[in-house]
Amino acid sequence: MNRYIVLRVISSLMIPIILIYAFYIQFHGEYSPGGGFQAGIVFTAAFVVYTLLYGLEAAQRAIPPEAAHALSAIGVLLFAAFGFATMLLGGNFLEYKVLLPNDQAGETFGIIGIELGVGITVAAVGLTLFYSFAGRRTGE
Amino acid sequence: MAIVRIRSLLAVTMLTGIYSLVVAVLFVLMDAPDVALTEAAVGAGLMVILMLGTIALTTREERPHRMRHNLMALLVVAVTGAALIYATLDMPRFGDPEAPAHVHLSPRFTQESPEEIGIPNMVTSVLASYRGIDTLGEAVVVFAAAVGVLLVLGSGAVRGRKTSGRSRGEGGDQAP
Repeated sequence: MNRYIVLRVISSLMIPIILIYAFYIQFHGEYSPGGGFQAGIVFTAAFVVYTLLYGLEAAQRAIPPEAAHALSAIGVLLFAAFGFATMLLGGNFLEYKVLLPNDQAGETFGIIGIELGVGITVAAVGLTLFYSFAGRRTGE
Repeated sequence: MAIVRIRSLLAVTMLTGIYSLVVAVLFVLMDAPDVALTEAAVGAGLMVILMLGTIALTTREERPHRMRHNLMALLVVAVTGAALIYATLDMPRFGDPEAPAHVHLSPRFTQESPEEIGIPNMVTSVLASYRGIDTLGEAVVVFAAAVGVLLVLGSGAVRGRKTSGRSRGEGGDQAP
């Protein structure tokens, strides 16, 4: 890909913006459209662009496949952990109110937490899928 | 229609991506930016990349097959289509304020969720709080998709370990 200098320059400008946009969707999800799912996918898209430019090895140095596998489970577990935490505090499964003394604050805290879980899962799963498709060679 | 007729898989992939992008624009027009974001990123972005990866692994051309005209199949499709169109006649018009979906739960969500949850984006509060268990299920489905692909295709290590060579085709299932 070294020949395509325009692509390289533009994309290296774009990738940080895409990543920041992903985090913006993630953490601004309460006020604007978006949430964990969208953020995770956009995050993955940034990595796909990076891989197309710099190759799979470079991308896997940044986030190794093993880390992606682990993170995809960690995200789901984080989500479920919020559910069980509310149960331990005396509420129903995923009843965030009980997390903090103030009902609204508790709900908001819970939503941010589970959205983070969803975001981590989706980003890691997207990366895992992409790695497994891109990592195979025909003449194996 | 072209998607069905064209043999070149590369062109089909591109058309599918364009179709997703058009659908995403439609979603924006119908005031559903959340869905539009997802559709654009998944349908036009990630899915096309995954399909391109599959094409790179397999073949660019669909194998030509004899066209057989199956009247029975045509009949079944026509009847099903007619039944579906008939069913849509019963549905309320788009944006009808009297629609059942808008008189039962929506007022409660739109009027009480800002006080109850304390965040302005109602889509998020419905998704994450009122339907939290549903969303947990979705997260598990996404995770299961990854597990399925890993089982079929092996790990993503670069031309790394020997995987159980047999599997070449599509992965188990795609992320929704």
